[in-house]
Amino acid sequence: MSTAPVKKIDNWPNLIGKKLPRVDAPQKVTGDAKYAADCNQPGQYWVKLVRSPYPHARIVGIDASKALKHPGVKGVLTGEDFNDFSWGWMPQTRDERPLAVGKVLYYAEAVAAVCAADEATAELACELVEVEYEELPGVFDPEEAMKDGAPLVHEQRAGNLSWDFHMDYGDAEKGFAKADLVREERFETGRVITGFLEPPAAVAMWDTDGITIWASKQSPYFHYRHLAACFGLPLSKIRVIQPFVGGGFGGTKNDSLAGDFCAVLFAKRLGRPVKFVYSMEEVLTTCRRRHNFIVDTKIGMMKDGTLTAMQQTAIADGGAYTAIGPLTMYLSGVMGTLPYKLPNFKFDAYRIHTNNPIGAAMRGHGSTHTRYAAEILMNMMAEELGLDRLDVRLKNAIEAPHTTVNGITVNSCGLKEGLQTLRNSEAWQNREKTPKGGPIAHGVGISGTSYLGGARQRGHQSCAAVVRLCEDGTINYLTGASDSGQGSDTVLVQIIAEELGLTLDDVSIRRVDTAVTPIDAGSYGSRVTILAGQAAQKAAREIKEQLAEVAAGVWKTTADRILFNDRTVFVDGDPDKSMPFRKLTQIACYDAAGSVIMGKGYSQYDLEEYDFEQGYGNPGVSYSFTSQLAEVDVDLETGIVNTTNFLIAHDSGKPLHPVNVEAQCHGSASQGLGQALYENFKMDQGHTRNPTMVNYMMPLATEHPKMEVVHIETEDPSGPFGAKEASEGAIVSTPPAIVDAIHDATGVWFTSQPITPEMIVTALKEKKSREKKANGKAS
Amino acid sequence: MTPITCEFVLNGRTEQVSVAPNTTLLHMLRESFMLTGVREGCGHGECGSCSIVVDGKLMNSCLILAVEVDGKEIQTIEGLAAPDGTFHPVQQAFVDESGMQCGACTSGMVMSVKTLLEANPDPTREEMKEALAGNFCRCTGWELIFKSVEEAAIAMRQGAAR
Repeated sequence: MSTAPVKKIDNWPNLIGKKLPRVDAPQKVTGDAKYAADCNQPGQYWVKLVRSPYPHARIVGIDASKALKHPGVKGVLTGEDFNDFSWGWMPQTRDERPLAVGKVLYYAEAVAAVCAADEATAELACELVEVEYEELPGVFDPEEAMKDGAPLVHEQRAGNLSWDFHMDYGDAEKGFAKADLVREERFETGRVITGFLEPPAAVAMWDTDGITIWASKQSPYFHYRHLAACFGLPLSKIRVIQPFVGGGFGGTKNDSLAGDFCAVLFAKRLGRPVKFVYSMEEVLTTCRRRHNFIVDTKIGMMKDGTLTAMQQTAIADGGAYTAIGPLTMYLSGVMGTLPYKLPNFKFDAYRIHTNNPIGAAMRGHGSTHTRYAAEILMNMMAEELGLDRLDVRLKNAIEAPHTTVNGITVNSCGLKEGLQTLRNSEAWQNREKTPKGGPIAHGVGISGTSYLGGARQRGHQSCAAVVRLCEDGTINYLTGASDSGQGSDTVLVQIIAEELGLTLDDVSIRRVDTAVTPIDAGSYGSRVTILAGQAAQKAAREIKEQLAEVAAGVWKTTADRILFNDRTVFVDGDPDKSMPFRKLTQIACYDAAGSVIMGKGYSQYDLEEYDFEQGYGNPGVSYSFTSQLAEVDVDLETGIVNTTNFLIAHDSGKPLHPVNVEAQCHGSASQGLGQALYENFKMDQGHTRNPTMVNYMMPLATEHPKMEVVHIETEDPSGPFGAKEASEGAIVSTPPAIVDAIHDATGVWFTSQPITPEMIVTALKEKKSREKKANGKAS
Repeated sequence: MTPITCEFVLNGRTEQVSVAPNTTLLHMLRESFMLTGVREGCGHGECGSCSIVVDGKLMNSCLILAVEVDGKEIQTIEGLAAPDGTFHPVQQAFVDESGMQCGACTSGMVMSVKTLLEANPDPTREEMKEALAGNFCRCTGWELIFKSVEEAAIAMRQGAAR
């Protein structure tokens, strides 16, 4: 008779919702974690890129003879070496080439690549490549670029129109006619970048079996397709191996780089491994950025705060190429109908080419611009109508279930509860008691936002998992999902361990190797926990079913009575029948001739097709809701803003790993803080004048407020264990909350990002002189 | 360039190496000793991800030439755990409190925190912010790093009291 304690299933779940260490923490605190730049191959060469000194120029000729004669130089590539290959998100938008052909369209675009025995030689030899340019007039402002007669970035794209997107639901004009107050304002977002600390890097090899590349990618399978297309190889010959990734946040690491293609082509031609590592200056000058937007926003509101209609016209600086820009336009519009009840919504977006660096995806993709505009305008109107900002939000907040005018279906929503959390906070309760006159004025701001999870992009969407049972009762988990730092590896391991009644230590994650792991679209659009999590859960359940059959045979019972918990397998309700998981594994693997136990799963969701062109239907499988409060101290003398506190009430459904959910909210809010107050590329005729970390000014330890995250738990039927997204909500909610807080402190509305001390000082001076004039007239 | 031979103590072992005089300490550690836990972020002393300890002082290894450490004692993240693998209290606190996300800043951050706590065993949040202002982190928003520092400080004070 077994003495193993019989566990009832009622202590389930064991791991979900608990404070657990990250599975990658030991490798990261010891320095063991290997990133792409840490990967080396014997005999490797190095590649460096020759970059254009002009933002718009015709390439007259390239003379590499001096470089090729330099000792240690192994080869030079130019655009023509890639034949006709170009890449892009959609078949009709493939407009980017590994190296420029004919023309350069933005400053520091790569025009040639030099391969040498070592990095320093490659870098030095880049200066020996003689490129003759004929400089062309450039265009750097999207509104200028739309005008007749503006220089064309792509000759075939009239008006420099890269992509436009239109939505019209309900009847906005009728909504405005009905409203007590209609107001229209222009908002602008800044020129910002993801800001990952690990510069892109890769080591590529080529042999008769195809390509092997260790590359820093958050969507390695996109890169895998790009390489197959570029080099005319079947996908089965493309092996992208993903090391640890030092931050992604969308854009660059979801895509391929000039360096990647050049390293592979050199590896093919020279028969040696070829490596590159971008410099931080290359990152800050050439890598994909968030689009900067102009958003003209018009809202209709009743006297009681009820929204009647919203109309937004967005112009985005797309820069030189299309990249994933069409999706940005779609997301900036389609999410406009959340998180408030909005019966009428019209949206028109124009992505415009300029000779600036390329605009692409970044955390809070698209909706961060338009939601920011809408949130601030709502507050302006609440002020004008003498209404409480929080009341206006509560009045309009949706409740689940809800269907928006553009067909988004919300099955769970913690917005009202989140807003109530803000209302009950000390900061909100005491907001009237804090000093306003100076020298330091205190302000409290709020916002209420929503973000999609489980993004449904065009094309292949599914995540898959393969779980292999080892004969000692441990697990190898093969996933195509990528953790670029957000903690998804931990959550996915947690899901498998939970399903099988094991511990985190029993499950070893095997990260992406496209020759081994199942295909996956990667990390973007808050999709990993929801979709890869679902796949992992299904795969673990397949193993469980196989083991339950074996256990049922041993105990002469039925498989549905077999339970797994605490590394033990037992028969429900029969204390005599239990055994260690490891023992059952051995029985299962060695029974008769032996068997191989594997499980597989892939994500599926029961959603209708959505209409990308019309912005109708669900852009994700579920929606998070973030209510945020920000407190600031504004020095009225210097204009310096000190953010002192963030309270983030986030509805991520069921938080599977609450610490990770909080950490994602913190990090998201930190990037939102940078956008709101500090970060901005200073552009001068296409040149980035501040391409260093110090001058670009991402927030440091000293700029960060205290942050508190309150979990608003809801149950969403679509995610594993009821989970929704956690990583992008707070980057959408932070900037408008800060703008609102600065208004609360100063009485001034700021409509563009970032809000610099100079802007505050200037605005306060103007306000003072206006008040003086008004007083003069009155007296 | 003629290589120069230098000798130093690296993570407790005496080492001798021949390096070009323009090699940074960062590149020597990564390339000659394969200590890739010493990360390169910006390469210009702006991000702190290559932070190491030289003769007890925190340094950006990208800003020092390798030849400058001749005769000195260097500690990198790889030399922080005890020889039996037991984590330093700062490492353990970062594990327990999830004081990292992508990990690109973590090596330098841990070295920086260790140096801070050796000088100031019970820092306030303001003191932490000042001391860690040279270590850039894009992922965490700092909340869990500060929490890790607090936990590490408690563990180190308890260790010192024993």
